[in-house]
Order: sequence, then structure tokens, then C-alpha cells
Amino acid sequence: MNRIDSAFQRTRERGEKTLIAYVMAGDPTLEDTEAYVLALAQAGADIIELGVPFSDPIADGPVIQQAAERALRSGTTLKAILAAVRSLRTKTQIPLVLMAYYNSVFRYGEAAFCRDAVAAGVDGLIVPDMPPDEAGTIHPLAEAAGLDVIFLLAPTSTAKREAAVARLSRGFIYYVSLTGITGAKLTDKADVEKKVREIRRYTQTPVAVGFGIATPEDAREVARIADGVIVGSALVKIIAAGGLPVVTKRLTAFTRSLKAATLSS
Amino acid sequence: MMQLPNARGRFGAFGGRYVPETLIPALDELSRKYDKACRDPKFKAELDYYLRQYVGRPTPLYYAERLSKKLGGAKIYLKREDLCHTGAHKINNTIGQALLTLRMGKKRVIAETGAGQHGVAVATVAALFGLQCEVYMGTEDMERQALNVFRMRLLGTTVTPVHAGSRTLKDAISEAMRDWTTNVRTTHYILGSVLGAHPYPMMIRDFQSVIGRETRKQILQAEGRLPDYLVACVGGGSNSIGLFTPFLKHRKVKMVGVEAGGLGIESGKHAARFATGSVGVLHGTMTYLLQDDDGQIQLTHSVSAGLDYAAVGPEHAFYKERERISYASATDEEAMVAFDLLSQTEGLMPALEPAHAIAHVMKLAPTLKRSQVIVLNLSGRGDKDVQQVARLKGVSL
Repeated sequence: MNRIDSAFQRTRERGEKTLIAYVMAGDPTLEDTEAYVLALAQAGADIIELGVPFSDPIADGPVIQQAAERALRSGTTLKAILAAVRSLRTKTQIPLVLMAYYNSVFRYGEAAFCRDAVAAGVDGLIVPDMPPDEAGTIHPLAEAAGLDVIFLLAPTSTAKREAAVARLSRGFIYYVSLTGITGAKLTDKADVEKKVREIRRYTQTPVAVGFGIATPEDAREVARIADGVIVGSALVKIIAAGGLPVVTKRLTAFTRSLKAATLSS
Repeated sequence: MMQLPNARGRFGAFGGRYVPETLIPALDELSRKYDKACRDPKFKAELDYYLRQYVGRPTPLYYAERLSKKLGGAKIYLKREDLCHTGAHKINNTIGQALLTLRMGKKRVIAETGAGQHGVAVATVAALFGLQCEVYMGTEDMERQALNVFRMRLLGTTVTPVHAGSRTLKDAISEAMRDWTTNVRTTHYILGSVLGAHPYPMMIRDFQSVIGRETRKQILQAEGRLPDYLVACVGGGSNSIGLFTPFLKHRKVKMVGVEAGGLGIESGKHAARFATGSVGVLHGTMTYLLQDDDGQIQLTHSVSAGLDYAAVGPEHAFYKERERISYASATDEEAMVAFDLLSQTEGLMPALEPAHAIAHVMKLAPTLKRSQVIVLNLSGRGDKDVQQVARLKGVSL
């Protein structure tokens, strides 16, 4: 069983939900990111999502967009991120998922990426601008390499697409809680519940919910509904405020409160 | 209507739909509604009506005799898209998409704009059909094209400044896609060029192909034969593909797309995707891009905001690889010389975008025989650029 599946199994056995914490790799530098990842793991995050900075992130709001700009200014590349993952793997076994725009992976080369990512210790890949329709070439390469490709579903997804994504997605299904971009405000939790229930009709694969989860209260409500809770912009905001020792302390405290919210469902 | 793209929106290896899942159902709906509209004679009649009575089509094909004589070679004809209402070819597409918006029952449209020509064309049809309208524009472009910003506002449109990234067209497209993702249930995104996810590149090509269909008829009437060359500028590539498409099957008609050479290809400050670009994915489509080794989109430069974009339409990438269309570039300086030449030889002030195509014709025409024929797409008029041209010439108004 791979690290992502184990994480979901472990939390399930403990009667808690899986907390997935997102940070932008290289924001403000990759050394900082390594420290943040270890702090997040220590504070109770079950899976780490590492953003790969892209110049034109169409699915992201201003918070993550600016994080990408900071990461690019410090010279972060996909290659350097894989090296950082290799270094992290000597210190932690927490599941690591890369969230990259398609052009980053395409430019690296799909086959080379799958091979190098797995060799470095990456467990999964999320590509927000690659719907299953465009995953024809990477999917078999990732399967062969042992890299989980995690697909997304949205409030607008039809039943047919829910079924297709449920069948294809490995590790978990990323349900986007709202029609919008990262960092937007989640208002319609009843709709999230309805959609998650629909998706579960098609699959045993865990469903994690992301976008718009900013507070432990949000996390608690979503944890009641889904198998996993994804928090991104709220963590990136803490990092943006700057100052490594303080940031680590704040990330730790905030992640602990998020994790606590996933226990009491 | 046409054979390309295939059902998955592919022109060979190019095109596709690289967008967030949230948008896929909207693209599916748009594809369905568009297909249905294409088969509906009422839609065609409605579109023809507005193109004729509102836009002012057909636009003339004008023999530029003085320009031809001055350059001393081929006969040069100008397809007068500058005479379209709002001053450029952009409205051929926005009328079509606005009619589709009504058919989808949506009440709000959004758009991106670079030079402001597409923004004005969207603001215009929004006023015409009573749609709520918001246009995204990079702050850098808002400064370069202040007049068009004001025109859009006069038409009742909200112009929203985009401060992110390079503050030009690519950032405006990203912002419009974010708005669309958020408001997809009520809003149609009127994309302005043959870019983006399927069905946009196909649909916009079809709407713009009226340019080539008219040209074909007109040149046969004027010359009794097809032209030797078609020349048009290529930003995203909608005016060029619109002119070229009805001629693609005629193997003898040569076609040249002219990209923005900016300060020169060797300077690195240009928007000539086919000169130094490589294949990648931007804003929903796989095509030629200006990008670095890590796949980050590079900043582009052109005197013309309408050509200042890092990607080119996927169908152009297809014909480039097949060598059916050839691509050249013209620098800022060459475009300025061409701007003056056409203004002073024919009394036609071109927009800075087609000035690039004219610059290429200045090189091409003298190499051809007097019996040969070039059709140049004069895709827009230069009024919007007067302030920019004054600035470049160091004249304060």
C-alpha cells in the first residue's frame, strides 16, 4: 500500500479525517519550504500538497498567485523541487503530492517527470488544468511509475463526469467545494455534502474537499462530510507574513487547530 | 462546418481543453449550442442580418493602386476590415458569440482585451443585446490604450484593471478565466481570438471566416482569379485565420502570417512565437509559446498591444508544422514605417497590428511580378493608436 492510501487508512482506523496541507514550494525559498513541511507534518498534517509555481495560475486566487511569484523570484524550478523532495524524504515519510499546472509537467516531459518524481519520493500529482479528457498520455505513464494522479471534480460536474473521475482518480478525489478559485469563500456547505454523497456512489476512493476552507470551523464542518480536508490559502497567508521562526510557530499552531477539527466529527 | 478540429478539439497535436474541471460542462454546453446554431438556418439568418445592417458587411476589397505602384511589384488589394463598426474585425466574432449567449439564456458576458479593440467590440454587442458586461484589461495596456478604456465605459461596460503579472493581455485572460470559473452558471466568456479551450478556436475561426469568403468572391470578380499571396498579422490569429480558411484548399494560394518582431528577434523582446517559441500549454490550449526551460511563460514585447501575447492560436501551430502557412515577423520600427507609408500613400491609417502585415508586404511586393496579386487584411483602423504613435514619434498632443 502506498503512502497516500496508508494515510487515509490510518486516519479512518483512528476515527478521524485526513488533513491535507498545501504550501507553495519555494515560497519564499525551497529551504524554507523544507522546514515548513517538517513543521506541518509534526503538527498533525496527514498529507502535504506542494504547489509547483507557475507564471499563469488560472485556478488560483491572489494569495497563491503571489506565493508563486515569490517562489519564481527565488529561482524555484520543478527540478529543484524534486531535489528538495529527495532531501525531505531522508527526514519524513509523510505523503507528498505535487500540485502543478500542466505546462510545468509537459515541459519537463511527462515520462521523465513520472520517473523522476517517484524516484525523488513524490506520491501523487494534481494538475488543476488537466481534466481526465487530456490525461491520456500521462495516465499510463504515472500508473506504470507508481505515481497517483489525483483528478478533480467540481460543483458543475455532471454525473457522467463524476463516474469517470471516480474511476480514474488514484489516492483520493479532489472535490472543489465551489465554482471559483483558491482562496474564495465557501458558502454552500449543503451543496458540498450532496455532491460528496453523489461521488461516493461511484467509488470507494476517498473524497477530499478543498477551496475555501480557511478556519478550523470550516475544517470541522467539511470533516463531517468528506474523508479529507484540504487547506491551502490560509496556510500560504501565514507564510506570506514572513519571518521564519515566527512563521513556523504560527503554522504549527494553526495546523494543530485544523487537525483537532478533523478529530471531532 | 469545417473538418478541423476533431471532436476533442485537436488540430493534429494542438488545441484541446486544458482547463479546470469546473469549466468543462460550460465548454460542453457551448459546443452543443454552437453545433445546434450552425445547423439552424434562423441563427445564420440572424447573424447575417447583424453583420450586414449593423457591422456594415460586406467590407470592400480595395485595390491600393498608389501603394502597389510605389512598391513596384505585385498588385496589392486591401480587405477593408477597418471599415467594420467599431473599427476592426473583432466584431464579426462578438456578434456571433453574443447571439449564442442569448441562446444559452445567459445574461452576463465577460472578456479580456489587450489593444482594447476586442473589449470595445464586446462592450458594443453587450449594449446592443442588453447584456451585462465586464472587461478585464492589464493596467499596462489601459495606459497604452486609454481611449479604448473610455470608449468601453461610455458603452456602459465595467472595465476592471488587472494588476497581476505583466499587467498585459495574458494576465487579463487569466483574470477573465477566473471570473468565468466563479460565475460560469450565469456568464458567457466572449474570448476574442482563436485561442483558449475547444470550441473557442474553432468557433471564432468560423465567425471570422466571413472575411475570407467575401474576399474570395471579390477577388474573383476583380481579377478573375485567386490571389498569389494572402498576408495578415498574427497575434492570437483570428483575422488571419478568418482570411486564410476559405483559401486553404487552393494549394496555389500562398499565405503569410506576420508576428510582432518587437525590438528584433535577437533582442529577445518580441512576440514571434514561431521564431523562437516551443510547444506548450497556456490558457487552455496546446500550441506554440514563448516560455523558458522550466515552462514559465515569458514576457513579450510589441508596439502593438494586440500582438503582444505569448501564445498563438493552435490551428496556426498546425498549419505551421504542415508548412501550409508560412510565418514572418516585422519589428516595431518596420511597423511604424509601414504605418506612415499606408497613411500617406493611400490616406488609410492602419492600426498598429495590420501595420506589421503591411511591413511584410513592403518586402514581399517588390519581389513579385506586376501580374501577381497580394491580398492584405487591413484588420483595423489606426484611430485608437494615434496617441501611442504620437508618443513613439516624440510628439506631445
